[in-house]
Amino acid sequence: MLRLILGRIVTTLPVIGVVAITIFLLLRLSPGDPAAVIAGDGASPETIAAIRIDLGLDQPLLVQFGTWIGQLLSGDLGTSVFSHQPVQKLIAQRVGPTVSLALMTLIFSILVAVPAGVLAAARHGTWIDRAIMAMSVAGFSIPVFVVGYLLIYFLSIKLGLFPVQGYVAISDDIFGFIRHITLPMLALGLIYIALFARITRSTMLEVLNEDFIRTARAKGLTRTRILVFHALRNAAVPIISVIGLGFASMVGGVVVTETVFNIPGIGRLVVDAVLARDYPVIQGIILVLAVVYVAINLAIDILYMLVDPRIRY
Amino acid sequence: MRGLLQHAVFRNPSVLIGGTLLLILLAIAVAAPLLSDVDPRQIAPRLRLQPPSEEFLMGTDMYGRDVWTRILYGSRISLIVGASVAVLSLTFGMFIGLLAGYFRWLDGPIMRAMDGLMAIPGVLLAIALVSLSGASLLTVIVAITIPAIPSVARVVRGVVLSVREEPFVEAAMGLGTPPIKILLRHITPNTFAPLIVQGTYICAAAVLGEAVLSFLGVGLPAEIPTWGNIIADGRAVFVRAPWTIFFPGIFLGASILAINILGDGLRDSLDPRMKKQVSDRP
Repeated sequence: MLRLILGRIVTTLPVIGVVAITIFLLLRLSPGDPAAVIAGDGASPETIAAIRIDLGLDQPLLVQFGTWIGQLLSGDLGTSVFSHQPVQKLIAQRVGPTVSLALMTLIFSILVAVPAGVLAAARHGTWIDRAIMAMSVAGFSIPVFVVGYLLIYFLSIKLGLFPVQGYVAISDDIFGFIRHITLPMLALGLIYIALFARITRSTMLEVLNEDFIRTARAKGLTRTRILVFHALRNAAVPIISVIGLGFASMVGGVVVTETVFNIPGIGRLVVDAVLARDYPVIQGIILVLAVVYVAINLAIDILYMLVDPRIRY
Repeated sequence: MRGLLQHAVFRNPSVLIGGTLLLILLAIAVAAPLLSDVDPRQIAPRLRLQPPSEEFLMGTDMYGRDVWTRILYGSRISLIVGASVAVLSLTFGMFIGLLAGYFRWLDGPIMRAMDGLMAIPGVLLAIALVSLSGASLLTVIVAITIPAIPSVARVVRGVVLSVREEPFVEAAMGLGTPPIKILLRHITPNTFAPLIVQGTYICAAAVLGEAVLSFLGVGLPAEIPTWGNIIADGRAVFVRAPWTIFFPGIFLGASILAINILGDGLRDSLDPRMKKQVSDRP
């Protein structure tokens, strides 16, 4: 088992290598000279040339890449061009709100979507099923910032139930944290509720067609028992895989949600860096998030191997 | 192929509903100058933040521009971006997928590169690409296309791998048909059905992607009316003038919904595997 897991870990290394090469090339080959951007409008050619040398941009591409990889391996993600702080420090300062938002959204979405999907499958073909699926299609299509502003307008401004924007850390004040995180969680969660409910319903429908479900019914087991212990357990692997993929791809939604609700997380950091063209910060954050994506996928695969011994990679 | 599409449209209500909504949107985009005789960029400081009325159907924004007119013209950008990204990512994805699926020695390197590209969050990649190469319609389209390519390549490769084992392909190979002809004549047509379905989903995601880029302030220049730009402009005055966000938001959501419904319908009627699953249900 340990050997299999180690083998699976080794297969992720080339992917991370490809990610590093891709990020490097995309940023270097895109038109626009970072040195000119940093120097600002109206800078003299000498200033720009000095900045180029300072950033190592005058070196051949291969040398630049080697230097960057060397830095990465020693745990250095680079230094912000504007704040002159190490990128890893900037990320560490902002990681709390982002992780809190992502985890809360994930838990909330699973708690709503899995029961909804099971219910839709159990009542397949009835109006309950249709209503849940219609809401799922709608939830899939309404952009997170539109939902976010609707929630702010009706629940915060009109009814005064929640603060309009902002963020309070869970360690500072747990009730403040819950009051602030609820609306972002609802806005970001909608699309994942739609996605998870869909996959739960379709996998459950497949499993409910199996012979062992008929047997369980013939034995006289209750409906709930069949649904939860026989059907849902066997439907778990595809559901977990979609939940994992959804979680891994949550980054885009988080960036937008943080902007709508003014949450000081990684998403705001990267948008601000892009607006300021702070290349090392952009490069560092994208790389870290890509590694997180690969790591989550790895964790899901290892989870499978532990849950279902038939699965091999 | 045409028979297949006709079959899909008439058998499936989702295709009809989604398609009709999309056609209405297309009509709005084409007829924008007929539906409003105001210039979408016309600034009128005295008329700023007017609520919806007979004169201003959807109110005015912080510069006194007519929101309805701006939404009309914004639909053009959304449709152009959606359609271009779908066509471009399908074309490139198909090319890459065919190469990887047919030439076994290319498979490993190409698919590892696609895995790497997929690991980078699409929104962030698009944001970085647009901001570094300067925002224009072309860079926005390219930046949204690149993250969409790997999933297309994967689907095409999967189809190639399964089809090349079919007896008719083996027969063609045995007769000495050149590889290029086998690829184009025998394998490519089998990718059309799944690609049409995937293309609609990519189109929906691209419409959203363009709006997200504009909303974050890194998309098309602020003076161009796009749905994302209208919403971004509305952020500052949202409490006083919620219509500046609600109306473009409704159009954006409805368009994505229409394309997704169309995609669901096409998937149910074009993808034989899914169809089987549906008819197997008790």
